[in-house]
Amino acid sequence: MKSKLQKLKGTCVGIAGCGGLGSNCAMALARAGVGRLVIADFDVVSAENLDRQYYFLDQVGQKKVLALQDNLRRVNPAIEVETHDLRLGPDEVQRIFKDCRVIVEAFDHADMKLMIIETASEHFPDKFIVAGSGLAGYGNNNDLRTRRLGNLFICGDETSEVSEELPPLAPRVAAVAALQANQVLEIVMDDLEPASGEDVWDE
Amino acid sequence: MKITLNNSEVSMAGESFSVRELLALMKFTFPMIVVKINSRLVRKEDYERVFVGDGDNVEAIHLISGG
Repeated sequence: MKSKLQKLKGTCVGIAGCGGLGSNCAMALARAGVGRLVIADFDVVSAENLDRQYYFLDQVGQKKVLALQDNLRRVNPAIEVETHDLRLGPDEVQRIFKDCRVIVEAFDHADMKLMIIETASEHFPDKFIVAGSGLAGYGNNNDLRTRRLGNLFICGDETSEVSEELPPLAPRVAAVAALQANQVLEIVMDDLEPASGEDVWDE
Repeated sequence: MKITLNNSEVSMAGESFSVRELLALMKFTFPMIVVKINSRLVRKEDYERVFVGDGDNVEAIHLISGG
């Protein structure tokens, strides 16, 4: 088991977005012993975020990437954290995550989720993407699952959209974040091979 | 034609469909979807010009907002 834990220590994982999915997933990876995280978000911690995101009341107003870096180091002082306080687009994704073995997609909006999947499929054929899709509401434990499409893993129920009646609530958001972190561990500790022949349709 | 959609065989009346047509026929309703045909990702901007035909392996998963 030691050598598998050593693999984690030598691995760099990217976290694209530090909200409900990203903050909870990053904390789980830090506790498990991932050696290096590259975290990116443009936002600031607000009081409303505390219902599901891994921040504390005294961090309201701080940049999320800096607050999360502090929390990660309080759990695991040995972890290396690289912070990027910016809005991610295709160029930024290619630049900041180039040394990561796995990228965790932890955006809020579906169009951003598709952006990073399209960017990674085109430019990072050897990297794995672990995305979240469908986590709103409560209950329905057994609808949460993980599906693999080549180098892309998608965690969630693939149906529940956030709305007034179906807000994102801490247990289900954290459950999907934990599924993502658990998938990262499997990729790294079991040395999953990137799928061959994966690319983007271009006639 | 017969295709494989998310690991299930599906028979359809017709020789080929654009990705856009196929998604509508298969009732994919949310605006953002990951689509792969024979392991190749189809960009959203290419849904009209990429076609699915007999024997193709299609994978399609909704991307739902929330994080």
